Amino acid sequence: MSEMKTAAYICQGCGISDRLNTKQMVQIAQKEGKMQIVREHAFLCNAEGVQMIRDDIEKEAVTHIMIAACSRRAKTEAFNFPTVSMARANIREGVLWSQPEIEAAVEVTQDMADDYVRMGCAEVKKMKLPEGTPNKAQNKRILVVGGGVSGLTAALESAEAGYEVLVVEKQGELGGWARQLWKRVPSKSPYTDPVDTGISELIAKVTQHSRIKVYLNSTIAQTDGAPGRFQVQIATESGATTTEEVGAIVQASGFTSYDINKLPELGGGKIQNVVDQAGLERMLVAAGGQGGALRRPSDGGEIKSVAFIQCAGQRDESGKHLPYCSGHCCNTSIKQAMYFKDANPGIDTVVMYTDLRTPGMGEDFYRSAQNKGVTFTKGKASEVVTSGNSCDIKFKDLILNEDSSIQADLVVLATGQIPNSGVNIELAEAAQGETKPISILNLTYRQGKDLPQLKHGLTDSHFICFPYETRRTGIYAAGPVRRPMDIAQAMEDATGAAMKAIQAVENASLGRAAHPRSGDLSFPIVRLEGCTQCKRCTVECPFGAIDEDEKRYPVFNESRCRRCGTCMGACPVRVISFENYSPDSVGSQIKAVDMPDEFSEKPRILVLACENDAYPAIDMAGMQRNVYSAFVRIIPVRCLGSVNTVWITDALNGGWDGVMMMGCKHGEDYQCHFVKGSELANYRMSKIDDTLKQLGLETERVASFEVAITDIARVPQLINDYVAKIQEIGMSPMKGFA
Amino acid sequence: MATPIATSQTILVVGGGISGMTAALEAAECGKQVILVEKSPTLGGRTALMYRYFPKLCHPICGLEINLRRLKGNRNVRVLTLAEVSKISGTRGNYAVTLNVAPRYINENCTACGECAKAVTKEIPNPYNYGLNQMKVAYLPHKMAYPLRYVLDPSAIGTADADAARAACKYDAIDLNMQREAVELTVGAVIWATGWKPYDAAKIQPYGYDRYPNVITSLEFERMADLHGPTGGKLLRPSDGKEAKNIAFIQCAGSRDENHLRHCSRICCMASLKQTQYVREAYGADGKSTIYYIDIRAIDRFEDFYLKVQNDPTVSFVKSKVARIAQDGNSGDLTLHGVDTEGYHRYANVHDLVVLAIGMEPAVKGVDIPAEIIADSSGFLESAPGGSIFGAGCASGPLDVNRSVQHATAAALRAIQVVNKSASTEAS
Repeated sequence: MSEMKTAAYICQGCGISDRLNTKQMVQIAQKEGKMQIVREHAFLCNAEGVQMIRDDIEKEAVTHIMIAACSRRAKTEAFNFPTVSMARANIREGVLWSQPEIEAAVEVTQDMADDYVRMGCAEVKKMKLPEGTPNKAQNKRILVVGGGVSGLTAALESAEAGYEVLVVEKQGELGGWARQLWKRVPSKSPYTDPVDTGISELIAKVTQHSRIKVYLNSTIAQTDGAPGRFQVQIATESGATTTEEVGAIVQASGFTSYDINKLPELGGGKIQNVVDQAGLERMLVAAGGQGGALRRPSDGGEIKSVAFIQCAGQRDESGKHLPYCSGHCCNTSIKQAMYFKDANPGIDTVVMYTDLRTPGMGEDFYRSAQNKGVTFTKGKASEVVTSGNSCDIKFKDLILNEDSSIQADLVVLATGQIPNSGVNIELAEAAQGETKPISILNLTYRQGKDLPQLKHGLTDSHFICFPYETRRTGIYAAGPVRRPMDIAQAMEDATGAAMKAIQAVENASLGRAAHPRSGDLSFPIVRLEGCTQCKRCTVECPFGAIDEDEKRYPVFNESRCRRCGTCMGACPVRVISFENYSPDSVGSQIKAVDMPDEFSEKPRILVLACENDAYPAIDMAGMQRNVYSAFVRIIPVRCLGSVNTVWITDALNGGWDGVMMMGCKHGEDYQCHFVKGSELANYRMSKIDDTLKQLGLETERVASFEVAITDIARVPQLINDYVAKIQEIGMSPMKGFA
Repeated sequence: MATPIATSQTILVVGGGISGMTAALEAAECGKQVILVEKSPTLGGRTALMYRYFPKLCHPICGLEINLRRLKGNRNVRVLTLAEVSKISGTRGNYAVTLNVAPRYINENCTACGECAKAVTKEIPNPYNYGLNQMKVAYLPHKMAYPLRYVLDPSAIGTADADAARAACKYDAIDLNMQREAVELTVGAVIWATGWKPYDAAKIQPYGYDRYPNVITSLEFERMADLHGPTGGKLLRPSDGKEAKNIAFIQCAGSRDENHLRHCSRICCMASLKQTQYVREAYGADGKSTIYYIDIRAIDRFEDFYLKVQNDPTVSFVKSKVARIAQDGNSGDLTLHGVDTEGYHRYANVHDLVVLAIGMEPAVKGVDIPAEIIADSSGFLESAPGGSIFGAGCASGPLDVNRSVQHATAAALRAIQVVNKSASTEAS
């Protein structure tokens, strides 16, 4: 690598030179920042200013630049120099716009700008241009676990994009639940009649595709490795195991239908003429689809009336059954009622529901059923009993608000979907439930064998904007294992998951991070000779990216890593760092500020702000000209999880008067995109009180805050209140000892 | 403006809301070249104007920040704002597209310092607050706007304001001679992510949106609840500026109605359930929300949120399609008339403010779209087999944000299949 050559650029535009002494900032960059080239410019982001920087990079071989201008969130197109390391001192939003334009504020505003220049110079010198991991993994094959509609779609869509695919199906045939259906709900105009499932064509396309290989009667015995280099052991029924290498995984392990035997009050498992929706489909397939030809299971008698009971064992508040709604069942019952009506309009069909849920164009399908004479009753069934050869359904009529009953020859229970998620890795082995779940992926990760579950066993993403934000890089859940859904939605979902799997292998092959730090080439580097094998990094990694070797040293799997820095924050001996973000790159900023003495009445508060939410909120406060105390110095961090306590102790030892940590909401509805970053930081800080006491400092000198990106007005208030509190406590006694 | 380089390997994404941004970024992060066009001056679309999302009650601009950071760091996506597609011709893998790019009157030199906005005087209704307040003719759409660059409204051109703005700009960023221009592109695949628009509430005559100031839409309510919206987060009645504490939410306003929108708009039940929590956020136990509904469609695990709201004592539910609304001329209060179908009794309930859970219409409706994209009976897109123009997000159906993003991710793969195929054909 070429030798480091540094340059600093101070912008005078947007009123910076009207209110700040930029000459002084230039001198600071030269003398204290020790930057080799320092230039001022009236308008740094215009073509001429950018060209000036570019010329320095090309002609002067500059490798490290510090730009003191606007926020790092602004002018990103202009200040785009991918071949050099860059630090940006936020003089505009962070100083000029957040400080009042009054005579009394001139001095402290200048202090602030000067410090940000010092910090920017210190930071950039500790940065290296990330070169990407040398361990680039090149396998681009996609493994699809599950051969139902979701799995087959994921396989076909990946193969059509040019990727090799393996499908592993535990049964002896492809097709899953869809193969057992007579027809499906329409997903295109006109939304009037049940349509063919299309499953035979889908199976044919998959089995005939030159890029798809199918394993039947097979399960995953072990998954080892990382995106771009997963080693997967496939166990076949015969007991033989084959090892295959793949680059990414789509888990389309589907659902299990809720056990009808758990609903004896509705006749489930007790009355022959009570079936579930899947049972009715099987009867129809056996009868060749003639709804009118179906006979009563109990005695082979004619079926003259059919009742569908919605939400059977679903939306249950008692805790006995499924708490959620499975989404598809209203449309499915409408479809099944049509089976009878289309064959013989004389058959009575009643759908009993509490809320009929046919979103989107499903409304047309609902209308079509009404036109065909299907009856809809708003009611809640409490009991189904045998009455001669037919059934008696006791229910509460929710319109008339009275108890009522109807008779039906056949009762169909709309039961729900239970995701086949494998092992709940957050529960202890003993707590897994009556029937111990069988792992789907058998991951060798220390965090557990399967994908983490969100809620109700669903392996969904926690984020509304990012439905495929997985907690195991390169492994994406698709279909009803992720969320209850119908065929149309499962096919969309599987296509999206295939997209993410393809992206994962492309990223891994280039050594790039996946979402949310997409494209990041930096990766954790560990200085093993200093490692004490404490295992905090391996335990705390939210993505299961770190294994342990036989000597209990951490083994980083870079392509699993999302570059959040939680490991760096966890490390008590600070041996983990990124090329452009390290204990040193932040620590040197903390040490670079000019620390006023005890009698100056100028406290210094360090703010470590999450770059996803808190930092943009502070930035936008500046854009709004919301004033906050000039005594803070703000450093954006990748995640509060990456905050190493050494920064806090260094700051306090160095005479800083207080430290504010601003991170995302934690707890059940957490907002941290690195899962537990803010929670971990909170936990670590709760342990810092002892250190503070040892230093003879008040515990208030370190405080954590949950900040949302919308806290544009609140953040200045938080800062001002905290500064006031610190002023009340008094200046740190540590000043002058550093 | 320099015409961006595009080839049959390029994917064109039309629409810069969350679906379009997602489709563009997912494809670009796979190494594909993408051109993202947006007809307004900023990316972010409708989600940037939402206060919170259901069911987590988190803030949409958090995700927007991440998406914008992805975009800023990715050189495969080129963004054109104020651009609309005026013509598409060609076949799968090879389309000639004409874009119509409107002038912004402010060029790349803009630093977003805001001096031009200080200099101008004329104000226009603020479309980013659905017209609930006014903004200057030189404006930044919102704080999360991308590009972070001001806009000069065309109505300012030729007035003293335009000259004042130009004089105030120290950076030579204001160019009053910018003209509308046509840009020709060749692309391999097109993702149509033009999103949705609210159904015209005035068409629902019995609800009096056009007559009663205190009848507003759910989108307007969203802006009102936002701390950075036109009322600073206060739920104020438009008629007299008083705090509204007894609020009615009317479901299926336009939706599930053959006289208006045939379809169910899917998001409105969850949106109203969410908005009852804005009332709670504002007043604690002193607020009152009433939801008038046909069916509450809290699908799949959203049921948890429905249950939570049902257990909130400040929220009540009336199963009824409201027949009509009458306004008390003096107070501005509104009386809702109808029949509660649970028990069949008539009601005449008085509320301070009525929020119409307004239905979702495809934004493409009424726009001349290529014949290759088939529309269903409501005007949502259904891509034709054999083509490579793909619908994504709410252009293709009424979807919530999560499902729109899922759908847009799938659309990105369909587009990649097309350009990968033509790449392998060209290579062999």
